[in-house]
Amino acid sequence: MLVSIYRYNPEIDAKPIMQDIEVEIPEGKDLMVLDVLNLAKEKDPTIVYRRSCREGVCGSDGMNINGQNGLGCITPLSEAVKPGKKLVLRPLPGLPVIRDLVVDMSIFYKQFEKVKPWLMNDTPAPAIERLQSQEDRAKLDGLYECILCACCSTACPSFWWNPDKFIGPAGLLQAYRFLADTRDTAAVERLAGLDDPFSVFRCRGIMNCVSVCPKGLNPTRAIGHIRTMLVAEGT
Amino acid sequence: MVTNATSLSSSGVSDWLIQRFSAVILAVYTFVVLGAFIIKPDMDYNTWSTLFNSNPMRLFSLITIFALCGHAWIGLWTITTDYLNVHHVGGLATFSRLTVQALCALITVTYLFWGIQIFWGS
Ligand code: SF4
Ligand code: SF4
Ligand code: FES
Repeated sequence: MLVSIYRYNPEIDAKPIMQDIEVEIPEGKDLMVLDVLNLAKEKDPTIVYRRSCREGVCGSDGMNINGQNGLGCITPLSEAVKPGKKLVLRPLPGLPVIRDLVVDMSIFYKQFEKVKPWLMNDTPAPAIERLQSQEDRAKLDGLYECILCACCSTACPSFWWNPDKFIGPAGLLQAYRFLADTRDTAAVERLAGLDDPFSVFRCRGIMNCVSVCPKGLNPTRAIGHIRTMLVAEGT
Repeated sequence: MVTNATSLSSSGVSDWLIQRFSAVILAVYTFVVLGAFIIKPDMDYNTWSTLFNSNPMRLFSLITIFALCGHAWIGLWTITTDYLNVHHVGGLATFSRLTVQALCALITVTYLFWGIQIFWGS
């Protein structure tokens, strides 16, 4: 099978190129894209990419696979590419390339940091822990599972155009994760930090984030909830 | 909190609400005007000007002009901040964005005053 890989070392290369590598796929097996990339690396050890857990948990191998963002390790070849076609691997779009498939995620993390992704509660801590009812705990389902792979934010046009101002789907999903937490008491303060025309409202509901999230999460819905809270707070 | 001097209200919620409310006003106004044509298929200048000279219609038109201008400004401001930035036009970003925004503002304000003059001028 032919694998086409984005190669770029900004320190040496004037321009990125797509390098085609022929890889033998074992018969009767549906390899994951990351396995294929590993096979390609055996042929050319200079290919650079991130990976760690190889089971969709660490979020390090987010990449653009035949035009769609996803995690290499849990995207089967059969899903990524039609039979007989090339596998095309590029870095996540919209972020500066450090080398080949490795992108600089600083701005993505900066947006994450802005939403203060930690529990804030100024009431005295109980002796053991802050308890939650099962119903309240259930409100965090679909929010806490995010692995910060950046597949969603780098698929979002609003994030491409204003990565320094629009928090992006990943950050906003976490913003809502803490707004929805009954143990958090800083909702008003959190909302005040989001009420500008960019941070939340740059979301145009394109839903690219939803269609690529490898964990099946729904940032658009979370953004909708934040917007409702902002409107309720502001009126 | 991101601050930006050129946005209409500098609050995301207000901009968002203005955009939605003004859209409703614009839609209702469109239906009212279309409805007038349906009720009076043989519309001539006389009926037309009587309709638009009535006080309720003058008031409604004024509100609609404000809605239109607010709606247009928020929309155009959003488009310019999306597409006239370093990703699309490089070093020309600030210059081109402010120029286009100034032009849009000028046209919007012109339409606003012109509209007011048409309906409320002597
Ligand atoms: S729904 Fe919003 S956050 Fe998600 S991709 Fe679209 S604009 Fe981006
Ligand atoms: S929401 Fe999904 S796509 Fe976005 S960073 Fe989290 S896990 Fe990745
Ligand atoms: S290697 Fe950890 S998510 Fe793919």
